[in-house]
Amino acid sequence: MRFLPTDEQSDFARTLRSLLGSARVPATVRAWADGDAGPGRALWSRLAGTGLFALAVPEAYEGAGLLLPELSLGFVELGRAGVPGPVVESAAVSVLLAELADEALAKRFLPGLALGETSATLTLPGGSPYALDADAATYCFAVSAAGELRLAGGTGGAGGTGGAGARGATGATGEPLRSTDPARRLSLPPADGGELLAAGPGVARAAEVAGRWARLLTAAQCLGVGEALLARTVEYAKQRTQFGTPIGSFQAVKHRLADTLLALEFARPLVWAAALSPAPGEVAAAKLSAGEACYRAAMTALQLHGAVGYTEELDLSLWLRRARPLRDAWGTPSACRAEVLRSLTPPRR
Amino acid sequence: MELTHTADVEAFRAEARGWLRAHVPARPLPSLETAEGFAAHREWEAVLHADRWSVVSWPEEYGGRGADIVKWLVFEEEYWAAGAPGRVSQNGISLLAPTLFDHASAQQRARVLPSMASGEVIWAQAWSEPESGSDLASLRSRAVRTDGGWLLSGQKTWSSRAAFADRAFGIFRTDPDAPRPHQGLTYLMFDLRAPGVTVRPIGRLDGKPAFAELFLDRVFVPDEDVIGEPGQGWRIAMSTTGNERGLTLRSPGRFLAAADRLVGLWHEHGDPADTALGDRVADAVVGARAYELFTWVNAARFAAGETIGAESSLNKVFWSQYDIALHETALDLLGADAELADGAWAEPWVFSLAGPIYAGTNEIQRDIIAERLLGLPKGRR
Repeated sequence: MRFLPTDEQSDFARTLRSLLGSARVPATVRAWADGDAGPGRALWSRLAGTGLFALAVPEAYEGAGLLLPELSLGFVELGRAGVPGPVVESAAVSVLLAELADEALAKRFLPGLALGETSATLTLPGGSPYALDADAATYCFAVSAAGELRLAGGTGGAGGTGGAGARGATGATGEPLRSTDPARRLSLPPADGGELLAAGPGVARAAEVAGRWARLLTAAQCLGVGEALLARTVEYAKQRTQFGTPIGSFQAVKHRLADTLLALEFARPLVWAAALSPAPGEVAAAKLSAGEACYRAAMTALQLHGAVGYTEELDLSLWLRRARPLRDAWGTPSACRAEVLRSLTPPRR
Repeated sequence: MELTHTADVEAFRAEARGWLRAHVPARPLPSLETAEGFAAHREWEAVLHADRWSVVSWPEEYGGRGADIVKWLVFEEEYWAAGAPGRVSQNGISLLAPTLFDHASAQQRARVLPSMASGEVIWAQAWSEPESGSDLASLRSRAVRTDGGWLLSGQKTWSSRAAFADRAFGIFRTDPDAPRPHQGLTYLMFDLRAPGVTVRPIGRLDGKPAFAELFLDRVFVPDEDVIGEPGQGWRIAMSTTGNERGLTLRSPGRFLAAADRLVGLWHEHGDPADTALGDRVADAVVGARAYELFTWVNAARFAAGETIGAESSLNKVFWSQYDIALHETALDLLGADAELADGAWAEPWVFSLAGPIYAGTNEIQRDIIAERLLGLPKGRR
């Protein structure tokens, strides 16, 4: 047993990290929040070039096979860089269609998703009613409580080529729903539901698997967001001087940062283990721990940066505002704890 | 990245499980912090040793099985899952033995290890002094050169197991003129029943004599009981604190078993409508799994030849906080019965409360994490 990423897996994560490190992601996030999806789509194309989106698609449809460990390591990097857009949702749609095993649907959608030429958002029964970035995504899928899979809107065009998209996709009142993270653009799927693609128990089963992948990939993103927040705060604490000494030399500051690292370091192996074996309890444990560690990192970053951390000007805000919604997306802490309890086998006697 | 064991490891697990099933006492032994319990636990060590289960990771020549870190972790999982007794030899096995393997002479290993493995000699640690706790390097107990050895004088305290143990190990100042406090210290082993040693047991929070003060008045220690070179005591003592000790001081098996018991208690006593308590049970389950997996990561790094250094501080802060939270949750599930001192969870709860204090306080561990893992500047403590 060797519970560490292989050299190939680490290389893949490193490649993504260096690509994203030079991609001016903060400017992309700000543009995305302002309704300009252009830089975000360009970034999407570059990410596609690494094969990232193919990791959620079977080989028969231009994919690399469903490789959750590799995908999870990749999503840590997306979180670290703060990449905007429906990355989790696109991967979840790929998995949903792969699980559904409907040849026509697979052929219609999967190759484009694998190659990053298209993007998708998704709502599932029991999850958030709000679709993420529907205005920028190529497709907006929704599964209803009755087990119907519908293609609600095909608007954004994502990938590298998309047009203007349906900017301003609307909430029930006709207005877009603003997220506390402006780079997460929310809307309610249209009430009429759109084109019926499939229905029945197979849809519900596929949706359950897709929901678990979404939960785990969000956990991986949380890990990356938390690590980025910690790294920025450590650098700040080394440089910011008060009382004639760097604030990072004070125990009150050190211990808070140590606790932040601790939470992230103990969440990481839970994410890896769930990626290897995505049983509901394992995935819930990973999401619970990574989500809480990420949010705690955000609160530490905010406090230790002082007043400047409370501004939107500082790029730190891009991660600060991401932490809370990601902690809750695809499984709130309460929902995850309930899942952990459900997954317990009766104790050994 | 994988999480499955080889057939060889699973065979080892099956053998351990079978042996434990046949030998673990049906009733819990009396508390090992009492004279009666200490003796009973010593006998249990002999039972383990007879079939070479007391020190599975040691080489065969000293009574072990040459088990690697993976097999050791699997053994621990089975050991605690079987409800086997606490290990009265723990201090010797996890603190002194690694030091002996790294720094002692072959003659010393041959002399000390077999009787440690059998429980014939139980070891206590003697690190802290009344004025030297977290600032251990300021210690003042002296070892003065004499013919054929050293004479120990001074006072040690918080010496776990010393109330009933046979021998102790610790560091002593042999060169008071050394320029820095970490220098001029020497690692020594001594007999707790030697002339000049006075042991005063100290009642723990629950009154049991789990540790003791040691008063040393010109206690003779022969040269053969010095480990490594005189003056190198600090380096020798510290070299094994961050190493495998970070992995072996508290194995995940303990907490997996404790979490399992907690889940049993919750199924028996828990009110399903009390979601606040249910959430804490879920956290205990997740925490045990996190600790297990974190350990597997470090075991893999260790097996790949990496040094596990300051990471062991993360490990220590995690398990010590986790242990308290788990036991507090159990007490909350018990309601009024939580107060009963003879209840099954009372002594483990009291024991858990010491976790953030011993083996380097969690405040010291957080300093180490911040300075060595995050690179923050040193400051005043």
